[in-house]
Amino acid sequence: MKDNDTPRTLPRQSATFTREVNAEIRRAAATGIYDIRGGGAKRRVPHFDDLLFLGASISRYPLEGYRERCDTAVTLGTRFAAKPLELAIPITIAGMSFGSLSGPAKEALGRGATLAGTSTTTGDGGMTEEERGHSEKLVYQYLPSRYGMNPDDLRRADAIEIVVGQGAKPGGGGMLLGQKITDRVAGMRDLPVGIDQRSACRHPDWTGPDDLEIKILELREITGWEKPIYIKIGGARPYYDTALAVKAGADVVVLDGMQGGTAATQDVFIEHVGQPTLACIRPAVRALQELGMHRKVQLVVSGGIRTGADVAKALALGADAVSIGTAALIALGDNDPRWEAEYNELGTTAGAYDDWHEGRDPAGITTQDPSLMARLDPVAAGRRLRNYLNVLTLEAQTIARACGKSHVHNLEPEDLCALTVEAAAMAGVPLAGTDWIPGRGGY
Amino acid sequence: MTTMLDLNETPLRDVNAALQATAGMQPNTAFEIVNPRGSHALAVGLNAPISVRIKGSTGYYCAGMNQHANVIVQGSVGPGVAENMMSGTVVVEGDASQYAGATGHGGLLVVRGNASSRCGISMKGIDIVVQGSIGHMSAFMAQKGNLVVLGDAGDALGDSLYEARLFVRGSVASLGTDCVEKEMLPEHVDLLRDLLARAEVEADPSEFRRYGSARTLYNFHIDNAQAY
Repeated sequence: MKDNDTPRTLPRQSATFTREVNAEIRRAAATGIYDIRGGGAKRRVPHFDDLLFLGASISRYPLEGYRERCDTAVTLGTRFAAKPLELAIPITIAGMSFGSLSGPAKEALGRGATLAGTSTTTGDGGMTEEERGHSEKLVYQYLPSRYGMNPDDLRRADAIEIVVGQGAKPGGGGMLLGQKITDRVAGMRDLPVGIDQRSACRHPDWTGPDDLEIKILELREITGWEKPIYIKIGGARPYYDTALAVKAGADVVVLDGMQGGTAATQDVFIEHVGQPTLACIRPAVRALQELGMHRKVQLVVSGGIRTGADVAKALALGADAVSIGTAALIALGDNDPRWEAEYNELGTTAGAYDDWHEGRDPAGITTQDPSLMARLDPVAAGRRLRNYLNVLTLEAQTIARACGKSHVHNLEPEDLCALTVEAAAMAGVPLAGTDWIPGRGGY
Repeated sequence: MTTMLDLNETPLRDVNAALQATAGMQPNTAFEIVNPRGSHALAVGLNAPISVRIKGSTGYYCAGMNQHANVIVQGSVGPGVAENMMSGTVVVEGDASQYAGATGHGGLLVVRGNASSRCGISMKGIDIVVQGSIGHMSAFMAQKGNLVVLGDAGDALGDSLYEARLFVRGSVASLGTDCVEKEMLPEHVDLLRDLLARAEVEADPSEFRRYGSARTLYNFHIDNAQAY
């Protein structure tokens, strides 16, 4: 037998040392610094895709599409606020900062949300006129950095969201790199142009739930007890954090799982800290139920919401509303293949671009470069966001009607089954084809 | 004319509402608050050049987010006095707990006694004058404004400091990361003299030392990783 006739093993890539892992090792070896990027967890984790709705049957009759009503309105902040937020749909726009995003992008978010009858949210860096002017309902984030924080903006907000954590990096702060710090961004944040701006990981003037209760009292006293106070938590310890938020006096709990995006943080943080959104919802709902506060303190869930099915599943598990960030940016035009050639020049491809912190976004959204910013028409982008929000709503209604619900809030865990044991355990619904909910009934 | 508000008889909400209702009123409006009994969030969100005298000690966030008002506390204050103040003056005749003047954007905070840890944390333009001493980690991540201390400063003064200026007459237990002593130039002496005068404090500016940012950590560099 000749040598070249000898059967050979095929080259085999390691499942542990994958091409991506090896590339990261080489990058780390060359630079000596961890990878920083935007977005949320990219790894596969149990998610809403692992759940299915059962639909109607002999025991549950459906509602007629286009004929029988399926309401979607939600009111946030009914516990203490004199002026709760009344939204037409249970989908809100998550907090994203001016600085990380361009002014036109913030304007587009406000336009789209307003057209769809929902709220948008400020972010680190304060409230911009574009955003306030084009957002009928605007939630003002109260963050550890307090960049741009002032009582005038507090008073002209429609709700206040105290940010304790976010799903992409529970326990982490932020960093806006110097290349995105223009005169305007620097002025709003009271820092020199061109330097890195760190956003602190914890608040400067309170620690723990007892202090937080007093902080909420202060914010209510300053705003006349009118505005709903949200508390945003990352998906770290959803049961305890939700209970403590209620104890501290929150009107609304915003719960962000690990698929929730960030403007920029370490990849290792995004991928390895925090729990999947799916795993967070039931513990939070259980905390509310045990305190007798489910539906009294509203729960808003975010992190990886993409479709009306995701919306419906989150509501069925007990959320009152959901919030979208990454999906909203994609609706505006982020990572659009039309810019593929420019993504390639940046060493990436449409759909994978996540170096938002570098400020060179070809789509003109995560940038402060005037020439790139000009690529985003805030009016057209706002309409795209409105269309997308409408589709999410229609899809959620379609599913709710199929389950016989006259309001999307009537969806319930009993409408669901799970495709995997993991999802069944996390969501607290039976594995498909069985009546087994892992962890329940002693096994 | 001075309006008396008694927290023994009037709920906090009504006291604050009365003070806040002065937005747009004339500067000679004055209030006196008695029996504060350590109330939290007292005299917060004021937005007019009124005078408020609090006769006793208060809890958290006294005069928080003040705009234009002149608030005098004849007692001591809890954590976060004058937090995020935008303008006006807050004078504490006793001591202040943690986070005094935190994230303040403007105005003048005077503490006649001592201030605890994290005084001036993340300050963004406020001027703070402490006649006594301050605790550890004061002026942490301080961005803008001036912190003047007639007594001593605790450990890690000015850690991760940005552009705020720190003046200390007494000893400094230790400086925080990237905080260094800097030369007192004539312009700084003039600035300090003005601050002391505004705070109605008798002291010789030449007795103070100035501290500021070395600016070595303004842009992340891997060689500085051990400094964080």
